[in-house]
Amino acid sequence: MLILAIDTSAVASAALISDDAMEGVVEAFATEDTRSHAEVLAPGIEQLLADAGVTGADIDVIVTGVGPGPFTGLRSGIATARTLAFVWGKPLYGLMSLDAIALEVAESTAAEAEFIVATDARRKEVYWARYTLAEGQLPRLVDGPHVGFASELPELPVYGAGAGLYADVVRAHPDFAATQPDAASLGQFALARLTAGDALLDSTPLYLRESDAQVPGPRKRAL
Amino acid sequence: MSTSNYKDPLVLGIESSCDETGVGIVRGTTLLTNTVSSSMDEHVRFGGVIPEIASRAHLDAFVPTLQESLHEAGVTLDEIDAIAVTSGPGLAGALMVGVCAAKALAVATGKPLYAINHLVAHVGVGLLDRNPDGGTAAGGAAGLGEGGRLPDNLGALLVSGGHTEILRIRSITDDVELLGSTIDDAAGEAYDKVARILELGYPGGPAIDKLARQGNAKSIRFPRGLSQPKYMGTAEEPGPHRYDWSFSGLKTAVARCVEQFEARGEEVPVADIAAAFQEAVVDVISAKAVLACKENGITDVLLGGGVAANSRLRELTGQRCTSAGIRLHVPPLELCTDNGAMVAALGAQLIMAGIGPSGVAFAPDSSMPVTTVSVQADAG
Ligand SMILES: [Zn+2]
Repeated sequence: MLILAIDTSAVASAALISDDAMEGVVEAFATEDTRSHAEVLAPGIEQLLADAGVTGADIDVIVTGVGPGPFTGLRSGIATARTLAFVWGKPLYGLMSLDAIALEVAESTAAEAEFIVATDARRKEVYWARYTLAEGQLPRLVDGPHVGFASELPELPVYGAGAGLYADVVRAHPDFAATQPDAASLGQFALARLTAGDALLDSTPLYLRESDAQVPGPRKRAL
Repeated sequence: MSTSNYKDPLVLGIESSCDETGVGIVRGTTLLTNTVSSSMDEHVRFGGVIPEIASRAHLDAFVPTLQESLHEAGVTLDEIDAIAVTSGPGLAGALMVGVCAAKALAVATGKPLYAINHLVAHVGVGLLDRNPDGGTAAGGAAGLGEGGRLPDNLGALLVSGGHTEILRIRSITDDVELLGSTIDDAAGEAYDKVARILELGYPGGPAIDKLARQGNAKSIRFPRGLSQPKYMGTAEEPGPHRYDWSFSGLKTAVARCVEQFEARGEEVPVADIAAAFQEAVVDVISAKAVLACKENGITDVLLGGGVAANSRLRELTGQRCTSAGIRLHVPPLELCTDNGAMVAALGAQLIMAGIGPSGVAFAPDSSMPVTTVSVQADAG
């Protein structure tokens, strides 16, 4: 199975994942920057396909991170994934973007049985979710995703860039203080779950916040 | 793209700069389909376009609109020669959705992609062939460029909820100049804000236009923004805003007027205020547009943007153009409002002029100048 994974919930990233490749990753790219998704994503995917010598016809499944993440960036990846899936006629699934970091935690020596993953939600808040981990299993999402202040997180170790930003108020793990959701990990997570016959999400974005638009009140009368 | 298609390229255009998700398909100057999905209903309770709501709607509307458009035109993606997309100006988050989708379409199909200017695309519809049932009042229909070229001395007056401009078009593919524009609110935005003050609902344009017919436009005099000599100057020594508009003062004047009636305990003459407001907007738009045309040797002017639907704007601009010896061209309304067909139409012109595509690395530009008709690949 060849999976094209895309995530733009924080940085822009894409990866080709296959059960034939070592560690599953055929090709992957990720940017450092969290604000140039519209420029870099399409050229990145084009390059990825060229480097791997594959075309759309070779891809079996497309998966996209559905956030949570800053809205404009998040939509870049979902719009891209939906369009590619439509043109190539391939199934499209969504994954909660924080799962990508959870998998990296699970595969590290830093893993604990219960932990939080957090990313930057801007406006002094974080996106977060709580996972549990059993030996030899994929991390299991038990609470979230949510958006809120870092100081209000449960008393657990916190992994991800959202922890690094608020290391003064959370138990941030230093090895993961800058980790962002990444398409390579997300694709590996998707491959493992699809292989196990688990259901994935659809590509509906997890905004977690309303649009901020205010319904204007009635006009004040002069009398 | 095979060079044989320089003549009548099959182009798919994508528009997402405001609240309409548009996909249109043209073959050369022939319109095949113009599919639009609008999120306008979702903005009603806010009394104006909410960018984040529009962006969310674009994301969900894009693939269905694309699918419907291909179906209506009876073409497949394989047959398309090129893709064109609005890359600016417009709402940043809204543009981003259309641009990302268009790039993905280009990557998935291997077709060339043109990143084009929304304002110039409004003029591009003028080049589409006359549709037998598409003709409208005030000087004909689209089909401005019948015979394959635009008039030599062409201008465009674009009036919508997102923009208000007068342009000179020497060449639609590479020589467009901004003569004047609003320095604050767009005219359509002023309509929406005033409709809110008068409690007429959203969108404000049609509501005010309708009610204005029952009112006396002369009963109240509202200001014409930037019309004082210090802004206008003379033809020889133009002031700083000779061809520019401002509508924020007008909106304030309407609010103050309503308050004064209320403070005196009198019934607010809503129809008169609507008529007087509309007259102020239409008077200053048409006067300045015609002045810009006369002083720049423009003999043909195309009206575009959603406010082109306004009956009084068409009427007064038509009268003033006629007196000045200028021909006014008004495309069918569905081509005046934001749509993908105009984007496709301009894309086809670029291809027929031999201009190269933009690649997939460009960034959307919410303040893209009209001098950039399309993004050049090497500039990115
Ligand atoms: Zn427009």
